[in-house]
Amino acid sequence: MIPRTAKAAVGRRILDAFTAAGAAEVAPDVLLPSATLLDLYGEDIRARAYLTTDPVRGEVVLRPDFTVPVVQMHMAGGADPARYCYLGEVFRKQDHGDTRPAQPRDNEYLQAGFELFSRDRRADAEVFALFHGILAPYRLSATIGDMDLILDAVAGLPLSDARRAILAHHIWRPTRFARLLDRFSAPVAPRHFAVNDAPWTGLRGVPEMDARIERLESHRAEPTLPAIWHKRLQRLFAVAGPAPEALDELRVLADHMPAIAEATERLAARLRDLGALGVDPGTIHFDASHGRQTMEYYDGFTFSFTAPGRADWPPVASGGRYDALTAVLGQGAAIPAVGGIIRPGLLAELDRC
Amino acid sequence: MLKLGVPSKGRLMEQTFDWFAARGVRLSRNGSDREYAGAVEGAEGVSLVMLSAGEIPRELAAGRIQLGVTGTDLVREKLAGWRSDVVELAPMGFGHADLVLAVPACWRDCEDLDDLASIARDFRLSHGFRLRIATKYHRLVRAFLSAHEVADYQLVDSQGATEGTVLNHSAEAIADITSSGETLRANHLKVLSDGLIHASQATLLAGRAAAETPDLRAFADRLGIPRDLHAV
Repeated sequence: MIPRTAKAAVGRRILDAFTAAGAAEVAPDVLLPSATLLDLYGEDIRARAYLTTDPVRGEVVLRPDFTVPVVQMHMAGGADPARYCYLGEVFRKQDHGDTRPAQPRDNEYLQAGFELFSRDRRADAEVFALFHGILAPYRLSATIGDMDLILDAVAGLPLSDARRAILAHHIWRPTRFARLLDRFSAPVAPRHFAVNDAPWTGLRGVPEMDARIERLESHRAEPTLPAIWHKRLQRLFAVAGPAPEALDELRVLADHMPAIAEATERLAARLRDLGALGVDPGTIHFDASHGRQTMEYYDGFTFSFTAPGRADWPPVASGGRYDALTAVLGQGAAIPAVGGIIRPGLLAELDRC
Repeated sequence: MLKLGVPSKGRLMEQTFDWFAARGVRLSRNGSDREYAGAVEGAEGVSLVMLSAGEIPRELAAGRIQLGVTGTDLVREKLAGWRSDVVELAPMGFGHADLVLAVPACWRDCEDLDDLASIARDFRLSHGFRLRIATKYHRLVRAFLSAHEVADYQLVDSQGATEGTVLNHSAEAIADITSSGETLRANHLKVLSDGLIHASQATLLAGRAAAETPDLRAFADRLGIPRDLHAV
């Protein structure tokens, strides 16, 4: 067991590096109001975070991550651009299903984080290069992804707006996404909505049902998605390899999927920015599906650093771009934002080896 | 001494007594039917404890009893990582109850989970909050919906009369135990075609730590439980 003090010392070292990079240190509450988090994450948050009740404040959550409170704080009146950093505990339930693993993951652990609110397109590279520099002594594997590619690819499918919106909504749920894609790639079988004599019950209204039935019927008139699009999407999801080679592959794919051309060139610019900051893109692994396995609020660039030979470990560091989250939490206002966290406890563990 | 925990009342208790009697072990309550202690005849070194069916999983996991009879639904709901704590020795063939997901029968456009996922998304967009599913089986329902990649819903706690929550507008759908489906029908609800979350029945269980002991093996032999089931 590594003493908590040793982990905190690693955390402070990271925090120093973040402040040296121009970040202002912030210290969000540990007890957060539950409403925002519940609305954002849904039931996942109940499975993963500790909820408790306060007689005055109602349901509160033990901080499961810092991003949401930092974004809220910034949206309530931060400068533009702004850099924030923090160090503190987060709390996560670890419910593993039927069998408990021999080495359960931590229920509470330190996170050292950095969040950058900026309209500068080089912000992605700035955050990644900062993390890359701090983590360099640990010889971790770096993987990046880009949800923009997938979101743009879906937005560019020859489908109705309704169908594209449904697909985009389920990008983070791979099985459901694949099922929907299959359904849209085949003719819609006529469906009989049997009338029954059950009285109307519940809050969902008759007009809501009628609207959905009408939508389902209208789908029948829609042309099916040609099989080639299914193949192209699969090819896109499967793009993985050293970043420069993945970029070449994406450029070839973009000839057939013009919708991803812009995002591909943004990735190219990001790799150039990284090179300019002293990070060799050839040492970074690109995985087009990377962002589909991370938090749903990442909607652009994503990254993670993992420890080789520690397959059972979560990433030592991770982060990404979450522009849409600032819009959700900003009540109309929005600002591009990118950030990430490092787990000092795991670095302390690596320090010992 | 092995402690056997048995549901303390009702049909589940009677059927448990019958099941053991058919295997040559007579269980009985001491004195009045208000006393929560009992006697075991026909097996050495086993004592009887009468408990609430809902507490039996926890008592087994804690090692305060070594054997217990309860529904598999309660085991899975109450014990996170239940396989690490208990062993299922024998399904007992009674106390059948299905945990199912049900929606208003008037929803003509909702037959399965795909429909529910789609309706939940629409509902969230038009009402500004997530479609509510009332249940007391939070872990089982959440794990089931997560495995089937249904999002845009929330669970609301309901410890009883769950079928009434839709009528009262405190939930849009429910997940509850049903055996005949009559209560569901009476409340104008229907089960989704792929909405079976767990098929439960009364089961004889052993605490993981006790499962391999000679005493427990001897008792399981006495009950005629095949050896290969002892340590599943």
